Amino acid sequence: MSMDKETVRKVASLARLRVTEEELDKFAPQLSGILEWIEQLGELDTSNVEPLSNVVDIAPVSRQDEINDGNIQSAILANAPEAQSGYFTVPKIIEQADN
Amino acid sequence: MTELTHLTIKSAIESLEKKEFSSAELVQAHIDATEKARHLNAFITETPEIALEQAKASDARRAKGEAGPLDGIPLAIKDMYCTKGVRTTAASNILHNFVPPYESTVTDKLFNAGAVMIGKSNTDEFAMGTTTESSAFGNTINPWKRKGDNTDLIPGGSSGGSAAAVAARMAMGGTGTDTGGSIRQPAAMCGIAGIRPTYGRCSRWGIIAYASSFDQAGVLARTVEDCALLLQNMSGFDPKDSTSADIPVPDFPAATRTGDVKGLKVGVPKEFRVEGMPEIIEKNWQKGAQWLKDQGAEVVDISLPHTKYALPAYYILVPSEASSNLARFDGVRYGLREHDDPETLLDMYERTRASGFGDETKRRIMLGTFTLSAGYYDAYYVKAQRVRRLIQQDFLKAFEKVDVILTPPTPSAAYPIGENDDDPIAMYLNDVFTVPLNLAGLPGMSVPSILTPEGLPLGLQVIGKPWDEATVLKTARAIERAAGFNAMPSSVQTGAA
Repeated sequence: MSMDKETVRKVASLARLRVTEEELDKFAPQLSGILEWIEQLGELDTSNVEPLSNVVDIAPVSRQDEINDGNIQSAILANAPEAQSGYFTVPKIIEQADN
Repeated sequence: MTELTHLTIKSAIESLEKKEFSSAELVQAHIDATEKARHLNAFITETPEIALEQAKASDARRAKGEAGPLDGIPLAIKDMYCTKGVRTTAASNILHNFVPPYESTVTDKLFNAGAVMIGKSNTDEFAMGTTTESSAFGNTINPWKRKGDNTDLIPGGSSGGSAAAVAARMAMGGTGTDTGGSIRQPAAMCGIAGIRPTYGRCSRWGIIAYASSFDQAGVLARTVEDCALLLQNMSGFDPKDSTSADIPVPDFPAATRTGDVKGLKVGVPKEFRVEGMPEIIEKNWQKGAQWLKDQGAEVVDISLPHTKYALPAYYILVPSEASSNLARFDGVRYGLREHDDPETLLDMYERTRASGFGDETKRRIMLGTFTLSAGYYDAYYVKAQRVRRLIQQDFLKAFEKVDVILTPPTPSAAYPIGENDDDPIAMYLNDVFTVPLNLAGLPGMSVPSILTPEGLPLGLQVIGKPWDEATVLKTARAIERAAGFNAMPSSVQTGAA
C-alpha cells in the first residue's frame, strides 16, 4: 500500500514527531516506496511458519529479583534538561481552575 | 615515530613487553595521527587527555608486571558505546549533551584488559545507515581515494568512524556495532578486517539500543589476528544482559594462528550472485574460493533460497524495534529538550523529537510505528518474523553440508559522498550481502582481499555457524594469508593523512 500524507501525519503523531507540510511532501512518497518494496514478502506462503523472535538456541535468563544498587539520585538526574528538588521537571500541564 | 602507527596490535604488545617503546609514546603517535587526519571527521569526540592518562597508567602496570592482554593499545570507541563521564551521542542531536554515568560492559572489559581510548568514533545516527553520512556531527570521509581522483568517498557505515580511524592509522583497532552489516561493510570499504560475532556473544549492556534482536558488538582492526585478540577481550556472559550467552568463550587468537583450512567445507551460495553486480565483485569472490581451495578446503555450491527476502524482512523488523527503542527519547530525563514555551507536554515531546532526530531516523521511526500499528501488525511485523525463520532455516540447512559460507560483503567498492541522497531504497541495497546473517544471528567477518582497477579495496565475507567464530576467524586468516593484502591509502603512505 502507499502512505498518503494523512497516513504519514497520523503515524508521525503516534510517534510523537512534529512534521511540517514540506516534510510530509517529502516523507510520504519515500515511505510509500519503501512499503511497496517490502511488500514483496507477500510472494511467500508463510502460513505454516512460526514467527521467529529469538535467533539463538539459548533461553534468556532472569536474574534474582534483588536490589543491587541505589543512592544514585544525583547520577540519575545529572543529565536531566531540568530538575528541581530531586525530581525531573516538565512543563506545567494542569491548568489552574478559574473559580 | 610515525612507524608506531603502522604496527599491528600483536606486534605492538610484543614491543611494549620488550620495552622498545612505552604506551605513552605509542598513544602520542596515534594522537598526532588523529590531529593530522582530522579532516576525515572519524571522531565525534577526541579524548587525548584520557588516552595519555590511560597510557601512563598502562606503563606503570607493565613496569610492575601487571599488564593486561591489551595493555597500552589505543582504540577508537564507536559513539554507540556509553563511556562513563565521556559524552556519548549515537551521532544524534537528541543526545548531543549526554554524558553517561556508567560504562558499557564491552568498553569496561576492554579497559580492564588495558586498552586506551583515543576517541569516540563517528557513526550514522543511531547506527542507521551504510555510509556514515547521517551523523548529526557531519559525515566521515574514507581515507582511500580512487587513483588520480580526489573525490571524497564514503567510508561505509555505520561504524565508518572506527573503520576510517583504523585504516588511516589513528587507532590500532576499533569497536563497532553490527545490526545489518555495520562492521563488515565499512571494514570492506576501508581495506581492513572486521568481525561481528554470534548474537549473544558480547553483552549489549550500555550500547545505545537500535534494534535489540539484531544489535551485536564487534571489532575492526587491520589483521584477522588483531580482531581475534580484541574480540577475546570483549566476549562473555553478562548478568546485566539477559540475551548474552552463558557459554564458554573459545580461544579466538589460537584459531587464527593455525589458519589451517585443510578439509574445510566452504559453501558458495548461488543466490548471492545478484543482477547488475560489477564483474570485479564476482572475480574477487572466485579468487577467494580459489585461495581456500589452494589451501586444501573443499568449495561446495549451496543454495539459500530465501536470500532475496532478507532485506525487505529486515526493513520491517529493524524499524519496528527502532521505533520502540527510540521512544525513550522524550526530552524529560536526558538529552535535548525543546523548551521554549511549550504549550503542553505533548508539544514538548513532538518538538524535541522533531529537532533531535535526523531524516533517516525519522523515516525508520515512522515506518516502524506504522508496521507495529493496529491493523498492520500481522501483515507486516509478524509476516517478517515468519520470513526471518525461513532465512534462518536456509542457513541451518546449509550448515549441515558446509562449515562456513563465503560471499562478497558489499556489492561495490566505496563510492562518492552524496550519491544515494534522498533515495532510501538505493541506500538499503548496500546491505544486500550483510543483512541475511543478521536475521539468523550468525557470526560474520570481512577480510580485505584485492584492489579494484580504480585502486579501492574490496573484501570477502566469511559466515559461520552459531557460536563458531573460531572457524570464521581461521578461514579469514587463510584468505588473508593468500591475499597478501598490504595496500594502504596513499595519504597514509605519504604521511599526509
